[in-house]
Order: sequence, then C-alpha cells, then structure tokens
Amino acid sequence: MADVQNIPAGSTTAGSIAVAAESTVATRMSAPPSYDVADFPVPHGREEEWRFTPLARLRGLHDGTAVATGEGVRVEIEAPEGVTVETVGRDDERLRKAGKPVDRVAAQAYSSFEKASVVTVAKEAVLTEPIRVSVHGQGGTAFGHQVIELGAFAEAVVVIDHTGDAVLAANVDYVLGDGAKLTVVSVQDWDETAVHVAQHNALLGRDASFKSVVVTFGGDVVRLHPRVSYTAPGGSAELFGLYFTDAGQHQEHRLLVDHNTPHCTSNVAYKGALQGQDAHAVWIGDVLIQAAAEGTDTYELNRNLVLTDGARVDSVPNLEIETGEIAGAGHASATGRFDDEQLFYLMARGIPETEARRLVVRGFFAELVQQIGLPDVEERLIAKVEAELEASV
Amino acid sequence: MATLEIHDLHVSVDAENGPREILKGVDLTIKQGETHAVMGPNGSGKSTLAYSLAGHPKYTVTGGTVTLDGEDVLEMSVDERARAGVFLAMQYPVEVPGVSVSNFLRTSATAIRGEAPKLRTWVKEVREAMDQLSMDPAFAERNVNEGFSGGEKKRHEILQLELLKPKIAILDETDSGLDVDALRIVSEGVNRVRSTGDVGTLLITHYTRILRYIKPDYVHVFANGRIVESGGAELADQLENEGYDKYVKGGASA
Repeated sequence: MADVQNIPAGSTTAGSIAVAAESTVATRMSAPPSYDVADFPVPHGREEEWRFTPLARLRGLHDGTAVATGEGVRVEIEAPEGVTVETVGRDDERLRKAGKPVDRVAAQAYSSFEKASVVTVAKEAVLTEPIRVSVHGQGGTAFGHQVIELGAFAEAVVVIDHTGDAVLAANVDYVLGDGAKLTVVSVQDWDETAVHVAQHNALLGRDASFKSVVVTFGGDVVRLHPRVSYTAPGGSAELFGLYFTDAGQHQEHRLLVDHNTPHCTSNVAYKGALQGQDAHAVWIGDVLIQAAAEGTDTYELNRNLVLTDGARVDSVPNLEIETGEIAGAGHASATGRFDDEQLFYLMARGIPETEARRLVVRGFFAELVQQIGLPDVEERLIAKVEAELEASV
Repeated sequence: MATLEIHDLHVSVDAENGPREILKGVDLTIKQGETHAVMGPNGSGKSTLAYSLAGHPKYTVTGGTVTLDGEDVLEMSVDERARAGVFLAMQYPVEVPGVSVSNFLRTSATAIRGEAPKLRTWVKEVREAMDQLSMDPAFAERNVNEGFSGGEKKRHEILQLELLKPKIAILDETDSGLDVDALRIVSEGVNRVRSTGDVGTLLITHYTRILRYIKPDYVHVFANGRIVESGGAELADQLENEGYDKYVKGGASA
C-alpha cells in the first residue's frame, strides 16, 4: 500500500499527485528529449518548464544568441590513482549514455560544446580520496559536457566546484556500473553575475548507489536539472540539496526521478533559505513511477525558510504513479517564515538578534547537512551559511 | 533585593487611524519574593503591560519610567531586558521552525547566565525540570512550540522560567486554555520558583481560578489602561463574586 501524502504550506507552494495512464511529467515538456537544439522551439516563458525562469537574464542561452568565447571557463580535474581523465571530441560515444537533453538550453549546450571531459573510475576501484573538479568562470560564455563513469563495484566521491563569473550551459553525466557507489557534491559558489544552466543525468546500474549533494549559493541565475534513471533493479538514489538565495538571485532546481525499473529507491531532500528583495527560489520535484517499477520506494521533500520580506518561493512536488505495487511513495513541501514574532520570542530569552537568526538558519539546515556524510564538506557548508548570514546583518 | 518599579507608564499602539493609547499611567512596584496578581477584563491592557515590559516592538512607550534596581529598563533592547532578569511567560508562545527545544534552552541559558552551562549538570538540570512538569524527554528534540498543544506550550514557558531563574517573572495569562491537571502542574512549577524567594512575580490573569494554586500577596484590578484598585488576596474573592462590572462601567471597552 502506498503511503501518499502531500503537505503544502505557504501560498506559493503547490503539489499534486497524479495517477495517470499517460505521464504528464513527460508530456508537459514543450518538446521530446533531443540532442539537437533545432528540435526545441525558442521558449517564450509561458511553457511549463520555463514559466518560473527569468529568460531575459539567461544572456541568450535559450534563444541561440549566446556564443562561446575562448576562455569562458577553466576546468581543472584533480584525480587520485585509479582514475582516468580524458578530454575527448564530440564523436565520443560515451557522451550519449546517460540521457538526452530535455530542454532547449541543455540541447544548446550539447550542440555547442567542442571538447568534453570524461572521468573514468576503473571497475572495483575504491577511491580513498575525492576527485576534485574545479570549474572556474573567467568572465566568458561556455558550453560544457562532463562525464563521470564508474565501473562495476567502483566507489568514488566527486566534488565539483563552480566559482568565478561565467555564462555556462552544460550537461553532466554520471554513469554507474552495477554495484557502483558514487557521491557527487556540486557546489555553485559563483560570483553574483554568473548564469549557470545545467542538466545532470544519472544512470544507475543494478544495485548501484548514487548520492548527489547540490549546494547553490551564488550566481545571478542558476537553473539545475538533476535527473535520475535506472537500468536495472536495486538502484538507490539520494538527492540532497541546499540553497541560500539572496536579494535578486534566481535559483531553480528541477528534479526528476524516473522509476522505470522495479525495486529501486529514491530519496529527495532539498532545503533553502531566502533573504532579501526579489530573492527567488524554485523547486520542482518530479517523481515518475512507471507501470513496470513495482516495489519502488520513494520520498521527496522540499523545505524553505523565508528570512525577510520580498523573497519568493515556488515549490512544486509532482508524484506520478502508474502502478499500485510499490513499497512507498510520498512527498512534502513547506515554506515557513522567520518573522519578527519569532525574533522577539528568542530575544525575550536573552538571545541577541544576530545569534537568533543564526540559530534558526543553522537549525533549519543541520539535519540535511548531517546526511551528507563528508565532514569537510559539512564544515564548509556551515561556514558558508554563516558567511551568508553575516553579510545580511 | 531586586525591585521593578513602574511609574506612570503610558503606552500606545499603531492603529488604523493613528496611535491609540492603551496604558494610561500605570504605577506598580514589585519586589523580589512578592507575588502580584493583576486582574482585569478583556481589553483592559493587561497583556500590553506584559509585552511593554518585555520590549515588544509593537508597543510604543509615550511616557513614564520602568526601572529594575534603578536601571532604566525602557532603554534596553529585548534581549538586554531578559539578561537583566526580566522574564515574560507568553500567552501565545511563538513557533520557531528549525530550532529544537534542547538547543533553544541551552542557547538561552548561555545568554542569560553569561557562560555555557556545563554539559553534564545541564542535561541533568533540564531532565529534572522537565520531569517535574510531567514533560516527556522526547519533547526536547521537537522544534520550539511547533505542533505543541496549548498545555505543552505553557509547560514549556514554565520550564524556561525554572531554568532561567529571572529576578522578575511576568506570567501573561499562563492559565488560559489549561485544563485542571495542566493548571495544577504549571502552578506547581511557578510555586517552586517562588519558593526560592528570589523572584518577584507579576501574575496577569482574567480568572481567579489560578489564584487557588498561586497565592498572591497583592491583587490589583486593571481597567481602562491603569490600576484602579489594589488590595490583598481578599480582593480576588470579591472579584470572583462580583465580577468586573463596577470597574468597567462608563469606562473601558470590553
């Protein structure tokens, strides 16, 4: 029996559970997935997948006017022994394993990149040090493609850092062999003018475990599209996200877990704090349980903490279930405010104002941060959250 | 000996058609060890008095003085008042998402005491205080006031009172919404704090019921923004029998 629940709170939170013969997750996209940008019409902003995104601030990534400049971003990959790092041309077939672009910007990225990075962890290699990928914007425009592939039973941690200023559209593929374990931390710590639009495709083999931690602090516009699908039973995906959206920033996370195979699990938890005028966070959580995916167990959660007036959250969980033979399925979305009454209450107990804010935000993120399981990343996140708070006081 | 002196206190709130005066010259002195009950009809300004003393930003003091051992309370920020020893148990405690009760209590105690309490003695202190208030230990892991029942919220307020040991405790309608069992438990908590002799208590209430459990030294009748009559515990009995009618006629709005 499926445990289906939907707990929306806050005026901008919507949620739906559909039990349908035909997937609306797929059909409400403007065009079917394709590698060719010409297969997607230029979005005008009213399409379901674009309606929250400020197209005018995408610097032409969506309409074909963005052109790659020579030194757009500098990508450096630091990998321990047992890892192969290659730069390959467009014809390398490993670039088309994990999933097709699903919207115009992802297709633009695929149609426009010149060289791709392929990082391969040999089968059964268990890395003791993380693979570190630095993507540093140098003020230009770039189209990127990266593939991280783990052979069967390989285990790896990848930390991808995005810094500097850039206009970047990219596809990032994670291909997990049978029994492989991959943790990816993607940190968007861009300068405040950066625009970053990316699709992440994770493809999980039999009994593979994928943990994604998406952390978004910076940028003018960041729009990420993490997607997961499975090639065989037994796959497990954990998708964690943390964002801190400041005045004027648009940070959008659109997730899709496609349960197309029996006996796989997924757990999605994204939490965001917002402060300042016109801070805008968007979270779309699509989970599709296809008719074949018996025994699926899935849960997705989004929580937002609005710290000041003038910020906006759009949180839309969608759960589509095409079979009743599942272990569990649920979602929850809630948006809460930190307001003057809460501040008064804490201060009336002797707690100074700045500490009161810090207490609330730390507490809000703590549970999620603990689930990351990488102490140095956890410490860095806490420090970053503190820095964001300091900047606001 | 700690003394809170309120002299000719005038307080306004912003209303649709300009500021509206709610407190119209309150005089009251509370000494350590004393318990004062302030009783009055709804709308008389009792809660405004409580929140004004704690420094809620909604209320503007337009005249008068409040001092604690000679220090000007009105000049202090909300947190400074708390650290100076003023505690307000709220009628409607606020939910604070993301902050657990245990984290909140420890942060608060650290601020009030000026140093972090030693962990081992602190855990014991909290556990005993919770036990005396018939609170489940699991309570400490819940978010502050989030999903608490009315009775749980009030017990949580009194738990803070017991742990923070203020000089002056203001209890704003702590009895409202409590059944008899909860009222007894909460009152016993207040009485434990009073029995130390270290606290001056200002007990704000509409009903005489709580005064069966918490015996006041003084009773004040509050109507139309000021104290209109003061007496001993016998004044409460008179109110019990006669109600507030004779104080509100031609005066305060109900």
